[in-house]
Amino acid sequence: MEYEAVIGLETHVQLKTQSKMWCGCANTFGSPPNTNVCPVCLGMPGVLPVANEEALRLTVLTGLLLNCEIPARAKFDRKNYFYPDVAKNYQITQYDQPSTRGGHVDFEFQGGMARVRITRAHLEEDVGKNNHFDRNSGVDFNRAGVPLLEIVSEPDLTSADMAYEYLNALKDILVYGGISDCDMEKGMVRCDVNVSVRPKGGTGLGAKIEIKNMNSFSGVRRALTYEIPRQIEVLQGGGTLIQSTRRWDDAGGITEEMRTKEHAHDYRYFPEPDLMPFEPTPEWLAAVKSRMVELPLARKQRFMKTYELPAGDAEVFKNDVPLGHYFETAAQGAANPKAVANWVINNLRARLAETQAREIAEQESLGLERSDMTFTGLSDLKFPPQALRDLVGLVENQTLSSSAAQQVFVEMFETGKAPADIVQEKGLAQVSDTGALEALCDEAIAANPGPAADYRSGKLAALNRIKGHVMKLSQGKANPGLVGEILERKLRA
Amino acid sequence: MAGAHMDVTDVAHLARIRLTPAEEQTLGRQLDQILDYMEQLKGLDVSGVEPTAHPFPLVNVMRPDEARPSLSQDEALRNAPAPANGLFMVPKIVE
Amino acid sequence: MLNTLTISETTARLQRREISAREVLAACLDQVRRVDSKLHAFLALDEPDALAQAEAADKRIAAGEQGPLLGVPIALKDVIAVRHQRLSCGSRILENFVSPYDATVTGKLRAAGAVIFGRLNMDEFAMGSSTENSAFGPSRNPWDRERIPGGSSGGSAVAVAADQCIAALGSDTGGSIRQPAALCGCVGLKPTYGRVSRYGLVAYASSLDQIGPFAKRVRDAAVLLGAISGYDPKDSTSVAQPVPDYSAALTGSLRGLRLGLPREYFAAGGLDPQVKAAVDAAVDKLRELGAEPVEISLPHTDYAVATYYIIATAEASANLARFDGVRYGLRVDGKDPIELYGNTRGQGFGDEVKRRIILGTYVLSSGYYDAYYLRAQKVRTLIRRDFLKAFETVDAIVTPATPTVAFRLGEKSQDPLQMYLSDIFTLSCNLAGICGLSLPCGFTRSPKLPIGLQLLGRPFGEETLLRVAHTYEQATGWHVQKPALD
Ligand SMILES: [Mg+2]
Ligand SMILES: [Zn+2]
Repeated sequence: MEYEAVIGLETHVQLKTQSKMWCGCANTFGSPPNTNVCPVCLGMPGVLPVANEEALRLTVLTGLLLNCEIPARAKFDRKNYFYPDVAKNYQITQYDQPSTRGGHVDFEFQGGMARVRITRAHLEEDVGKNNHFDRNSGVDFNRAGVPLLEIVSEPDLTSADMAYEYLNALKDILVYGGISDCDMEKGMVRCDVNVSVRPKGGTGLGAKIEIKNMNSFSGVRRALTYEIPRQIEVLQGGGTLIQSTRRWDDAGGITEEMRTKEHAHDYRYFPEPDLMPFEPTPEWLAAVKSRMVELPLARKQRFMKTYELPAGDAEVFKNDVPLGHYFETAAQGAANPKAVANWVINNLRARLAETQAREIAEQESLGLERSDMTFTGLSDLKFPPQALRDLVGLVENQTLSSSAAQQVFVEMFETGKAPADIVQEKGLAQVSDTGALEALCDEAIAANPGPAADYRSGKLAALNRIKGHVMKLSQGKANPGLVGEILERKLRA
Repeated sequence: MAGAHMDVTDVAHLARIRLTPAEEQTLGRQLDQILDYMEQLKGLDVSGVEPTAHPFPLVNVMRPDEARPSLSQDEALRNAPAPANGLFMVPKIVE
Repeated sequence: MLNTLTISETTARLQRREISAREVLAACLDQVRRVDSKLHAFLALDEPDALAQAEAADKRIAAGEQGPLLGVPIALKDVIAVRHQRLSCGSRILENFVSPYDATVTGKLRAAGAVIFGRLNMDEFAMGSSTENSAFGPSRNPWDRERIPGGSSGGSAVAVAADQCIAALGSDTGGSIRQPAALCGCVGLKPTYGRVSRYGLVAYASSLDQIGPFAKRVRDAAVLLGAISGYDPKDSTSVAQPVPDYSAALTGSLRGLRLGLPREYFAAGGLDPQVKAAVDAAVDKLRELGAEPVEISLPHTDYAVATYYIIATAEASANLARFDGVRYGLRVDGKDPIELYGNTRGQGFGDEVKRRIILGTYVLSSGYYDAYYLRAQKVRTLIRRDFLKAFETVDAIVTPATPTVAFRLGEKSQDPLQMYLSDIFTLSCNLAGICGLSLPCGFTRSPKLPIGLQLLGRPFGEETLLRVAHTYEQATGWHVQKPALD
């Protein structure tokens, strides 16, 4: 029998705020343990939470970007469970009235489009971090109370690869919206996976197995790549699967069953009495809506359509938003946007990367930390985006040869001078004066008797040798098309 | 210990309270009596009645997203029964 | 005998420089030393700190500053956070906990120049009606030391009634201010939910708790309430309602006021005839003073005790989960965290706290939530509606504060349900989120024990309660009677 997988994901994402969810402690990563803590996030006796407005805005913004409904009323609840990293031994979350519900994410998958429905994206608080030692564990509460968005998908995913692509699409949206930096290294994104298998084409659901706590998308893919065949193998061997929780062992590359709890979870959710419900007003919602951005996929499709770019170029601009923005400015009024895209991707981006690498090396030698370094970015360029469009225009109208254009670009990058001025100053304009070119062609034919004889005997490729010589004689300024025509005429004569 | 209403051992475990057998006996009996008394609520018709979670209706209580100074590590750990290396130590957590 | 002064007398004399804040504090401390071994109102004194505050107040007075609490010694129930002071909540589990921060009310008292001294005894985590649940031993009623002072703010009531302080703060979740005030013969006020910030009040039941004043006179309660009230951005449940000048409400006139007498309260089984007689007489007095008493009905009164003990214990089960031996407080070790929690909480909490946490855990647990918790929240709606409907026709409600006078130590401690039922007249006020006040309205003959009159007011109707109480107080002499302490 053939089996198929049914996968749903719960993705936890730290929100990009200045302060924590309920208190004024900084929402930062990497501080010494228990230094971003206060009576509130340590769960001291007598303290009370107050909701961070920006976290609520980012939650609703996420909902809008994920095509969710924004309910008229949302509230917070307490989820009760004892764990050393949970300061109050309950987590404040949104249980039956979340801030967003019922959306979807569209993304490219295996050459087509796929859609995963979003059950809800609700706001809650992160917990502290447990450090494990030989004989005991130690808790750092710096992370406790950081606003956390839990994005729950419907079980619409059918493979490890699909889960991976969904997560990447989701991450792109969250980064685009300024909702989270989604920095995996800093643990800003964590996933729980629910996976079951069933006979292909079936509608029922198999025993749901939860895989907890993966902190990279590739981890999710690898875990599923391991887990799905494992489940199928159990069933094919006549075994049965029961609902359970497994842990992904990243180093070992396997999932393993977690020690079963003596008691099933009973979270005893109830409305958080310390926090009031949330009923977004039209004005408040309008302010959040004004922060909506174009979704990554829509952006890619628009680049392909409006500028007639190939998918590869559009993908580059989807992934590098500032570069895409730069391109759009430069391409304004350009006759050939594709040529502008080539310059932005191949020349500008490469030159910037080179410059930055040099700057990093310099600052490293001064002993600076990466976080304290400064380097040239798109906004620091000495020339405006329009100058790049002008440069492309000069190539297009044959004023500049492409090799001369490279020279102009380097000069622009260093000095910020306008391309036309550089061409003028350096006399780089392409030579199309037939008289001058005829003389150069004669000289080149005389200097290459061998290739000239080859051409005449029918080896047409030999023309390039002679053509190259002409270009060299003209210091790259000769119009290559014209040179070809003249040479052909002379050699056939 | 299971009474007419609840299994005290079970619920006490859920609440992370370890009871002595004597406590289980006494508490079990008292809680049963209290829950008997609470049965009276079941006789009341509450259909169509909205629950009250807060006695004074307020909505949209929020604070601006501004960072403020935290406690020092020393202050944070001052009351800790087992502080070490800036952490709150506990017996080894096994998942 | 400066310790016997009221707030208004103290400030008047401080302003005239007849006395110093230091002297008033010294008189209070003397009285504590003299009587507290018999009464056990105090858990700790914070003497050096209090002395420094009194000196600072004297400097402010000398600099010409005035204020209704400047230089007045105020003692706090040990459930309100004072920075760098212990905050035990009457529990072993917090015996050595030192608060790193001030409660909002503490900050307000400091700003007003009050001299904060002493941590007052209470039922553990404010759970109880007799102060017998304190892990550090019960407080005793100053009128009869074999009797309970009420609870959970028993220490606050005793300290005020025995002139160990000028005034005090307590907290009231189901009657914990009004009931001990009634049983000890002083004035106690539970403000409207949201009137006073709960930030820094160790939570028992978040949707019911309020901090409020204990005072020797109604005027003092008005002053103290004014000082601690107001919106607090640190408490999402505090209400941005302007704080009136409560003293200005004490007009001495009851003309035109309609006072509701809920028949369910007066017909309650277990209402002591002497208590009933005193309250009836008080109603006559109020009529004589110009008010118009009318009979009303609060039909869901009988459901209040059950409703209260479901909601309060449910909230408590979560609120008290943080006491686990990890970050602060008592730790009793175990081989893993689960065992550590069980041991710490099993040994750190007293019987009543365990009982309520287990009850609260049960009513929220899977399969029981709808039958208990959700249903109780719905009944709470009905109870609140009863009151709001009543307030459409009356300005305040008058009831006995308690069904009986102070009972004997140990009398009900083995029967939790009987103990719960002793709060029958005070619980509904918290469920409805309205305000309530109790003040002396007589004594039983033998033994001589105080009887309390309860006034209930509409949300943010504290001015009306204070006006009625003040007018009644001024027309009667109950408040000047003092317990014999020797
Ligand atoms: Mg969650
Ligand atoms: Zn904090």
